[in-house]
Amino acid sequence: MHIDWAALGSVFGVSLVVTVVLVGLFVLGVIGLSKRETATASGGSAALATAGAYACFAACVAAVAYGIYLIVA
Amino acid sequence: MESFSLILAIVVITALAFDFTNGFHDTANAMATTISTGAMKPKAAVAMSAVLNLVGAFLSIEVANTISKGLVDESGIQPEVIFAALVGAILWNLLTWLVGLPSSSSHALMGGLIGATVASAGMGAVHGDVLVTKVLIPAVAAPVVAGVAAMLATRLTYKLGEHTTEKASSKGYRAGQIASAGLVSLAHGTNDAQKTMGIITLALVAGGSLAPDSDPPVWVILSAGLAIAAGTYLGGWRIIRTMGKGLTDLQPQQGFAAQTSAATVILASSHLGFSLSTTHSVSGAVMGAGLGRKGGVVRWSTATRMFVAWGLTLPAAALVAALAEWVTAFGTWGTALVAVFLVASSAAIWVVSRREVVDHTNVNDTDEPAGATEPAGVVTQAVAAVTPPPAGTLTDDLAVTIPAQPDSSSAPAAPAGSTSSSAVV
Repeated sequence: MHIDWAALGSVFGVSLVVTVVLVGLFVLGVIGLSKRETATASGGSAALATAGAYACFAACVAAVAYGIYLIVA
Repeated sequence: MESFSLILAIVVITALAFDFTNGFHDTANAMATTISTGAMKPKAAVAMSAVLNLVGAFLSIEVANTISKGLVDESGIQPEVIFAALVGAILWNLLTWLVGLPSSSSHALMGGLIGATVASAGMGAVHGDVLVTKVLIPAVAAPVVAGVAAMLATRLTYKLGEHTTEKASSKGYRAGQIASAGLVSLAHGTNDAQKTMGIITLALVAGGSLAPDSDPPVWVILSAGLAIAAGTYLGGWRIIRTMGKGLTDLQPQQGFAAQTSAATVILASSHLGFSLSTTHSVSGAVMGAGLGRKGGVVRWSTATRMFVAWGLTLPAAALVAALAEWVTAFGTWGTALVAVFLVASSAAIWVVSRREVVDHTNVNDTDEPAGATEPAGVVTQAVAAVTPPPAGTLTDDLAVTIPAQPDSSSAPAAPAGSTSSSAVV
């Protein structure tokens, strides 16, 4: 009987890393937006936090696009 | 399509019926977390999932082309065998839906195929090692992989996101959940609708109305896509409730981490050539997310019942399918008997389900203290209700209920209950 442990291992590794990185990026994005909110509430601006947030979300959108590409391909 | 025999027509209809049950059985995979955390309204969530399932059905035919190869010897397969396999799979799907347990539709289908093949061609026709590598190991690995990923992701979310404002986080996690749920729906459409396409194509080849090695015809792709979308839109609310509320209490952060982990595992596994069951991945992810939050609990009693259902899926579907195959082997009347039995028990399960209706209005209600003991009663009720039909009402409801199936798929939300229930009791 041939069990493809390598494939199973790589599924485990890839899933773990991708999930944690993706969720991490997303949370950073949420943190950025939240900074902007508190900043605008107190009259300041948070251009850096906003830009960072959008960069994080853009990376997440790219990951989703890659996911769709995997489904179609 | 000249030689389109009656048995072939029955197989195609049964396959579409399976596709339909597959749709509403697996709605929970994509939408349970989204619905239970309130990221989307229940109706909107199932509608979105249905559309994405339909779209997914048209994206590729790769799975359909490989479905028949590997697990059983396809050379000697007959339409009756496929029919018997589908009977086993459908009944198991309906039974697990009745008791609200998520279980793998693919395992039910594989179990059905194995049981029917063994009954018709003997043990030798099943490849045991394929069974272990394609069924058993993935069944154990999927929830572990998805669960660990979801748990770590949940921890990270709470640790990093401690000081975010309420508004930003609720808006953010809502969008994130919808995106990952959409991905799961799309992947489900490509995978599971194609399984039905593969089955129908296999039956058409076996019945001689399609040349071997043909791609699925357009009408097959279209009808399979529509059947799974209709099933999805109907919504398996009982299973959604178990997955979204029964296993653990999910907050938006957890829902997002769970759904993202599940989507990643599903895509990574199918892409890296070690396919894992969607249902198992999502259930594992939900439990992992439950464990990842401080103070979060997993209701192990519900989880245990779910694990038992997973273990039973393949043998139970195989047993029913083997019996069905044994009866169909008696000839045309045997096939008719099995068809009547399928329709009658499906109707009976549906009637039992009406005793305690779960739909989009009460999907998020939980009365867990009561709920922990109640489902056990439902199981016995279900068993009690499913067994009678072969003895009692075998003869006269074939004419009534066969139109009832396409009926319920085209008008899913309609409370069309009272008409067919009277036919069974």
